[in-house]
Amino acid sequence: MPDYNEFLTRIFEILKPFAKQGIILNEDSELVTELGLTSLQVMELIEQIEDYFDMSIPLNILPDIRTVHDLAMQLEKLST
Amino acid sequence: MSLFDKFQPIVEIRAELQKLGIMPFGAVTEKFLSATEAIVNGHKVILAGTNNYLGLTFDPECIAAAKKAVEEQGTGTTGSRMANGTFAEHVKLEQELAAYFDRKHSIVFSTGYAATMGMGSTLAGAGDVIVLDADSHASIYDGVRLGGAEVIRFRHNNAADLEKRLRRLGDRVDNTLIIVEGIYSMLGDQAPLADIAEVKRKYGGLLLVDEAHSLGMLGEHGRGAAEAAGVEDDVDFIVGTFSKSLSAIGGYCVSNHAELEAICFAIRSYIFTASPSPSVIASTRVALRLMQERPELRVRLWENAHRLYDGLKQLGFAVSPQVSPVIAVTIGERDQAISWWNELMQRGAYVNLVMPPASPTSDSLLRCSVSAAHSNEQIDRIIAAFAALQTPAADCDPIR
Repeated sequence: MPDYNEFLTRIFEILKPFAKQGIILNEDSELVTELGLTSLQVMELIEQIEDYFDMSIPLNILPDIRTVHDLAMQLEKLST
Repeated sequence: MSLFDKFQPIVEIRAELQKLGIMPFGAVTEKFLSATEAIVNGHKVILAGTNNYLGLTFDPECIAAAKKAVEEQGTGTTGSRMANGTFAEHVKLEQELAAYFDRKHSIVFSTGYAATMGMGSTLAGAGDVIVLDADSHASIYDGVRLGGAEVIRFRHNNAADLEKRLRRLGDRVDNTLIIVEGIYSMLGDQAPLADIAEVKRKYGGLLLVDEAHSLGMLGEHGRGAAEAAGVEDDVDFIVGTFSKSLSAIGGYCVSNHAELEAICFAIRSYIFTASPSPSVIASTRVALRLMQERPELRVRLWENAHRLYDGLKQLGFAVSPQVSPVIAVTIGERDQAISWWNELMQRGAYVNLVMPPASPTSDSLLRCSVSAAHSNEQIDRIIAAFAALQTPAADCDPIR
């Protein structure tokens, strides 16, 4: 099963287009407040991760996700 | 920081609209002229977004039944179904719904929201799984959030994506509830229920279909998308509302699962609210009968749907993906949608303005819904009002 770093790498790749000029993507990047993802874009991000890793991500984990780190942590938890 | 900070975006949009003198949300219907015309916000308009699909809101038989019920049983039940709020007519309506859907069991709720929210929150709880269509109605999302089950979305109307989700669940599929709608309320597109039912047969789980916008519209008897797709036996629970084709307010769930009789006493939106008023039950019972006795209403509804859909499409508007009595025109720019909604109102067509996040995409919608009660001339006036949007605003003359 993928680990934290594999999830992190993939998340960074998907998020690249969202990193506006002057913003450096890192684990502490906030998906909504910093990168400006709308709720629809968050769901697209989730779908892309689901397809890539052939996993389903329950909506229930979303309230606990603010940063890239939070997301990678939750995904690692789901995959174990 | 205050409790009110999170409402700031709403406050700002509202202030912006007020400044423009446009109030699309909460427009006031001041006087009804018929089931399809009214005075709204001071404008005489054709009602082109009211979900009054069969046009029965002013049917004389429905009105007479409602009046009689008020006189004989009073204005309200003043209590929950579980306490003092079950009248003989509630039970009769449940029996009639069960007979109509050819199901053994039926529950009547006070609203459609209470029905879908209640079933979604109660059927699957902690340790269970819900797999729902991504474009599900807010009442479904609210319900599943309350219930505590694990909630997984599948891509809208994509049975292959549903299949992937069910496959990934393995043995957990036995504790899984699949939720879809017959016709989706915003774009009017139909669920591919034959494919969804096939996936369910292959993997298992229970299937709940919300027929709120498809009752009276689809299927040989008007029972909805499941009937039209020939998969009623695969659907475990059908939920819906009385507030559209049946022209009242209230909701229902029908099923062949005997457990429904007991489950209703666990549904909080059934227990902790007053039951539907006698007049509502009375008019709904008549509307349910009329819907069966007058299949020509369904024929007329679809004729109107085709007429409006084709008319808007020919004008070049980005209409819904398939013809249905719900016809949404997609507008990329929110401000354009607001301005056009207002112009349509001035030109005599009252449609629904839908903006994100209520719309399924980042676009805004001018959502129309047709009624069997619309005349050809009224449909043509709605099309003319849309056509006039494509001319400069200075040329705007209200169509009366």
